Amino acid sequence: MRNIFAVAGIVIKELYRRKDFYVLFILTVLVCLIMASVNIFNDKHIVRYLKELCLLLIWVSSLVIAITTTARQIPAEREQRTLLPLLAKPLTRTQLIFGKFLGCWLACGLVLICFYIFFGALAASRDHAWPLLNYFQAAFLHWIALGVVVALALLGSLVFAAPSSNSTICFVIVATILTLGRYLDAVALAQPEPFRSLIYAVYYAVPHLEIPFEMRNLIVHDWPLIAWNFVALDALYLLAYAAAFLVAACLVFRRKPVN
Amino acid sequence: MTSPRTFFLLLLALLVGCFGFAAGLLPRFAAYESRRHQSNDFFKLLLGDSTKMFANSFFVKADEYYHSGYYPTIFDNNSNFKTPHVAEDTGAVTSHNQGGEDTSFMGEPRDWLDAFGRHFIPNRHTHLDEGGAADDLSGSDNVREILPWLKLSARLDPDNVTTYTVTAFWLRNRMHKDKEAEQVLREGLRNNPQSCELLFELGRLYSESYHDAGRARNVWELGVRYWFQLPAEEQKEDRLILEQLTTNLGQLEETAGNLPQALNWLQAAQKSSLTPGTLQKRIDAVKAKMAEQSSQLVVPKSLY
Repeated sequence: MRNIFAVAGIVIKELYRRKDFYVLFILTVLVCLIMASVNIFNDKHIVRYLKELCLLLIWVSSLVIAITTTARQIPAEREQRTLLPLLAKPLTRTQLIFGKFLGCWLACGLVLICFYIFFGALAASRDHAWPLLNYFQAAFLHWIALGVVVALALLGSLVFAAPSSNSTICFVIVATILTLGRYLDAVALAQPEPFRSLIYAVYYAVPHLEIPFEMRNLIVHDWPLIAWNFVALDALYLLAYAAAFLVAACLVFRRKPVN
Repeated sequence: MTSPRTFFLLLLALLVGCFGFAAGLLPRFAAYESRRHQSNDFFKLLLGDSTKMFANSFFVKADEYYHSGYYPTIFDNNSNFKTPHVAEDTGAVTSHNQGGEDTSFMGEPRDWLDAFGRHFIPNRHTHLDEGGAADDLSGSDNVREILPWLKLSARLDPDNVTTYTVTAFWLRNRMHKDKEAEQVLREGLRNNPQSCELLFELGRLYSESYHDAGRARNVWELGVRYWFQLPAEEQKEDRLILEQLTTNLGQLEETAGNLPQALNWLQAAQKSSLTPGTLQKRIDAVKAKMAEQSSQLVVPKSLY
């Protein structure tokens, strides 16, 4: 475990040094503040449009950070020729993969904490309310969903040749799931066989990241808290996918030449 | 060797070509410039006629906010959401929704994933002015949340009268922002100077919020005049607004004690009404009042 945490620590330190997070955070803050400054019929309590925009920007920013940070981990080690010396130390390939995953995932968690604190402050400035448990549920499931994305990007970085192609493919997959994932079964029902079975298979196979993504609506429109057992079930469901992608990444990496 | 004369002739040909090209371009450029100056609006310039499509999307977005996010997508059965409820509830538009405000556009869950996913999305039909998702009637002024989308929709499609009337209705009725509602209606009238719907809504504002019967009467009468200037086809489609204008004028005159005038307006309303029976009762009531007044008139006896 110590080796895994050591690798994870290096990944987190790398995130401090890179400017991705700072740029995206400042952009999110700027866009939200500009939108907040718009005068809408002299009413200073209108907040939901701001909450929706802010949450959307948080999702986009966190996905960009998760995918781009993860996609370059292994290829960068290979390019800088540090992969071989790293593996020459008492560090197995599996530990390296788990360390990279944990580092990227924890880094995403730190990023989310900053973003959600800003979101809470922005909402409270107009709403004068702190539904902390609702925010916690949203941020927690968001973080778990990012775990799946990080694991997927890590697997992609071992399968695809360049980080750019990996990032692009990951973005396309994640965006498709977020926008269409919930309706694939409805689409399948309208199709003749064998397309119906094929689409149904895809529907059940893909990780339904849109579940935490669509939870934004509950936060934006002040819906009551979700029952905790459903939150736990969704977290377990997503963690199972993250684990599956990680195991696949370990299997691929085991047979991969390091040079 | 090429002579200087050839160069001179080539240069001349080039100059003539340039002049011809410039002369050909000038009218087009002038037309483009005038078009550009006509549309000072940034959105219009950027998006052209597609602004109407975006405006409609934002109007629907306002309706989605009115339902606190509980709204059908293109994959759901939207037969009960064909006319946005945010407009339907103002009484400004005729509803095309089938089965009223039925709540079951989601239907039965298609599979276990669909059933599970429904715990994470808005899954109950609510209206913001009736308490919204929290079922808190004291928070009915949360209907303010639809306003940004309506404002944006009006900005993108200034010719859509419904956007102004709906915005003004919610501003006035739920937010009690009469001044802002008046500004919205006046902006709408600047863009659609002969709109009967806008004049009707403005009259309601004068009558109900400012209690200024004189101005309300003027505005409604102007609305009736504009309605009669509409082409016959449009008159057929917009009979509802004439009924609303004349009924309100009848009510206003009745309250002011001008009973013959009230009777005239109510009879005019009856002609355009889809439910003339209801108006007949009011006409009878006005007639009874008139008869009562005339019977109370005491004819003085002659002194000599």
